[in-house]
Amino acid sequence: MEKSRYPQVEMEIRKWGSKPSSLIQVLHGAQERIGYLSQNVLEYVAKRLNVSLSKVYGVVTFYNFFKTQKDADHIIMTCMGTACYVKNGEEVITAIEKHLGIKMGEKTSDGKFSLQIVRCLGACGLAPVISIDGDDVYGRLTPEKAVEAIKRYQ
Amino acid sequence: MKIYRIHALICAGAQCLAAGGNGFEDALKNELKKHNIEEEVRVVETGCMGACQLGPLLVVYPEGIMYTNVEAKDAKEIVEEHFLKGRPVKRLMWKKEGKEEFPGLKDIPFFAKQTKVVLRNCGLINPEDINEYIARDGYKALAKAIVEMEPKDVIDVVKESGLRGRGGAGFPTGLKWGFAANQDSEEKYMICNADEGDPGAYMDRSVLEGDPHSVIEGMMIAGYAIGANRGYIYVRAEYPLAVRRLETAIKQAKQTGLLGKNILGTNFSFDIELRMGAGAFVCGEETALISSIEGKRGEPRKKPPFPAISGLFGKPTIINNVETLANLPVIVDKGAKFFKQFGTEKSPGTKVFALAGKVNISGLVEVPMGTSLRKIVFDIGGGIPEGHTFKGALTGGPSGGVIPMEFIDTPMDYESLPALGTIMGSGGLIIMDETSCMVDVAKFFLKFTVDESCGKCVPCREGTRQMLKILERITSGRGREEDIYRLEKIGELIKLTALCGLGQTAPNPVLSTIRYFKEEYLAHIVDKKCPAKVCEFSALKGGRNKYEAKVTH
Repeated sequence: MEKSRYPQVEMEIRKWGSKPSSLIQVLHGAQERIGYLSQNVLEYVAKRLNVSLSKVYGVVTFYNFFKTQKDADHIIMTCMGTACYVKNGEEVITAIEKHLGIKMGEKTSDGKFSLQIVRCLGACGLAPVISIDGDDVYGRLTPEKAVEAIKRYQ
Repeated sequence: MKIYRIHALICAGAQCLAAGGNGFEDALKNELKKHNIEEEVRVVETGCMGACQLGPLLVVYPEGIMYTNVEAKDAKEIVEEHFLKGRPVKRLMWKKEGKEEFPGLKDIPFFAKQTKVVLRNCGLINPEDINEYIARDGYKALAKAIVEMEPKDVIDVVKESGLRGRGGAGFPTGLKWGFAANQDSEEKYMICNADEGDPGAYMDRSVLEGDPHSVIEGMMIAGYAIGANRGYIYVRAEYPLAVRRLETAIKQAKQTGLLGKNILGTNFSFDIELRMGAGAFVCGEETALISSIEGKRGEPRKKPPFPAISGLFGKPTIINNVETLANLPVIVDKGAKFFKQFGTEKSPGTKVFALAGKVNISGLVEVPMGTSLRKIVFDIGGGIPEGHTFKGALTGGPSGGVIPMEFIDTPMDYESLPALGTIMGSGGLIIMDETSCMVDVAKFFLKFTVDESCGKCVPCREGTRQMLKILERITSGRGREEDIYRLEKIGELIKLTALCGLGQTAPNPVLSTIRYFKEEYLAHIVDKKCPAKVCEFSALKGGRNKYEAKVTH
C-alpha cells in the first residue's frame, strides 16, 4: 500500500537499512532517482526511518545539496572558491547572469537553466571554472568562453 | 608478463578530464590501432600528475617525456613521429619559459624540486587496478602490521615518526590513537575525513582519485592500532570521481581478501563503508562530521568528551584526514627514521599544497615540511605571471591568513605559520598579485563563513555577520575610523568564545590582513580609495543609511 507509492525510495531504504542513521544516504539516493525531495517523499522517509518529519526537514534544509523543488533542466554551478575569486571569477558570473537574464540562485522562466554558486569544485588549476549538470566542467574561462559553453545547452 | 615497448601515461585526474582528457585518449587509441602497434604501447590512465594548469597531460616512458595541453588532434603526430619513428614531438613538450624543451620529467623544476611521499603513486599507477598498487609495495605495510606487530607497536612507530594530522590543526597522530586504544569498548570506529571543504584546496581529492588504496590501507593500519573493525570514509558529494574510484577500490580490496573477515589469515577483520556529505563546510569539523554520519544535521558538539573517548554512536572514534592516512603505509613499511628524514624536527614528513591563483604553474606540489614559501612559489611554481608582482599568499583558507612578501622566506611548518598569524590548514595555497585587494579578500572569506556557519553558537552566527557588515561598509567607501579597532575586538571575542574550529578561526583572515595591510584598510576608510582598484565606491552617498544603522555598536 504505502510502500508501492514510492518504490524507488523504498529501494534506497532497503539498501541503507530502515534506521535513523540512514537518513542522509536515503535522501541522497531518493533525490538522485526522483530529482528532488517533495513533501510527500519526506513524509514517507520520516515514517519509514522512524524519524520525526521536523527532523527530516531540519536535515534537508541544513545541507546545500538537497532540493525540495524541481530543478531546471540544466544546472549551472559557478565556482567561487578562492582560486576562482582571485582569478576574476566574478566577471564570469556577471557575464552569465547577463546572458541568461537571471541572478545567482534563480531559474530562467522557461525552466531551462538555474544558476548556483558552489564553494569549490576542486579544479583550482583551471580557475575560473563552472560546471554544468554536475559532470561537465569548463575551465580557464573568460566571460566570452563561459557564455559560449552555456550556448551548447540552449 | 607482457612486455611493452612504450608506456603512455594519460592523466585522468579530474582537472585533466575537465580540460578534455577523454577525447585525447580515444584519439590515441584509434591511432595505435590504425598503425597496428596496440601490442607495443600500453596506455595507462593514471591519477593526478600535479601540473593541473597545463592539462591534459601525457607522459611517455621509457624516456619520461611530458607532453602538455594535448588535444585529440595531436594524437596522430605523437603516434607517427614519437612512437613509430622515435622523434619526440617538440612543439608539445614542456618548455622552459616557453623556449627550450626539457628532455625528461626529472629535468623539469616543477617535478624535480618536489619530494613525493604522499603522492608516491599519483600519476604513476592506474587507480582502478589494485594490482598496480600492490606492485608498488601496496598493502605490504598492512601485512607487516597485522602479522608481525602488536597494535601497541604500530602506535609506537607512528608516535616516533612524529606524524601530525594533516587536516590543519597538526595534532600528533600517534598520541590521538593512544587515547582511543586505551578505551575499553566492544565497538570502535575509524573515520577518514575526506570532506575537503576549504575553497581552493584539492590535495585530498587528488589522493582519493589517484591512489585510493593508500587511504584504505592507512585506515586499516589505524583501525588495527586502535582496535576498530569498522571504518567510514566521509567524502564530499561534490567529488563524484573520487566517490567512484573509492567504490571501485573498496570492491577490489574485498574481492582480493584484503578487506573483510580474518584478513591475511589473522584475527583482524575490517570493513569500510562510504558516506557522502551533502554540501556543508562545517562537516569537516570532526564532531559535526560524526553528527552527519549519524544522519543528523552537521552541527558540532561540545568537546570534551573528545571523539577518541565518545564519538560516533557514542563509541571511541578516531578521525584522520586523507593525507595523514596516505602517509601511514610508508611509516609502517619503512620505519619512523625514514619518515623523519624529511621535514623539520617538530614537523616531520612532507606536505602537499594545492598551489593556485596568480602563479605561472598551478597544481599539486609536495615538499618537505619547512620548505620556504619562496621556493614553492618561485622555484616550483615558476613565479608570478609576467608584469605582475607577488603581494601575498593565502594559507589555511577561511581559517587562515595571508603571508606578505616580507615573510616569503618563512619555512612552511606547524610552528612558523601560527607565529605569522596564519595556519598551515589542509594545504590550500593561493597566490595573489597586486591586483588583489586585501580588504576584499577578507570580505570574501567572511562571506564564506557567514554562509557556512551552522548557527548553533552565538559568537560565530552573529559575530561573523557583524564583521562582514563592517567590511561591506569599508569596501563601499562608508568606513569609519573606529572600524579597524572594532573588527579586531569582535574578532578576538569570536576566537575566544566560538564552539568549534570553524568559528574560532573565522576571524583569522580579517585579523591577518589588518596586521600586514593596515594601510590598505586606511586607504579605504580615510581616503575612500581602493589601491588595487577592486572595490567600487559608486554607491557612496553622504550620511548614514538604513543599512549602516543596523550595525551594533
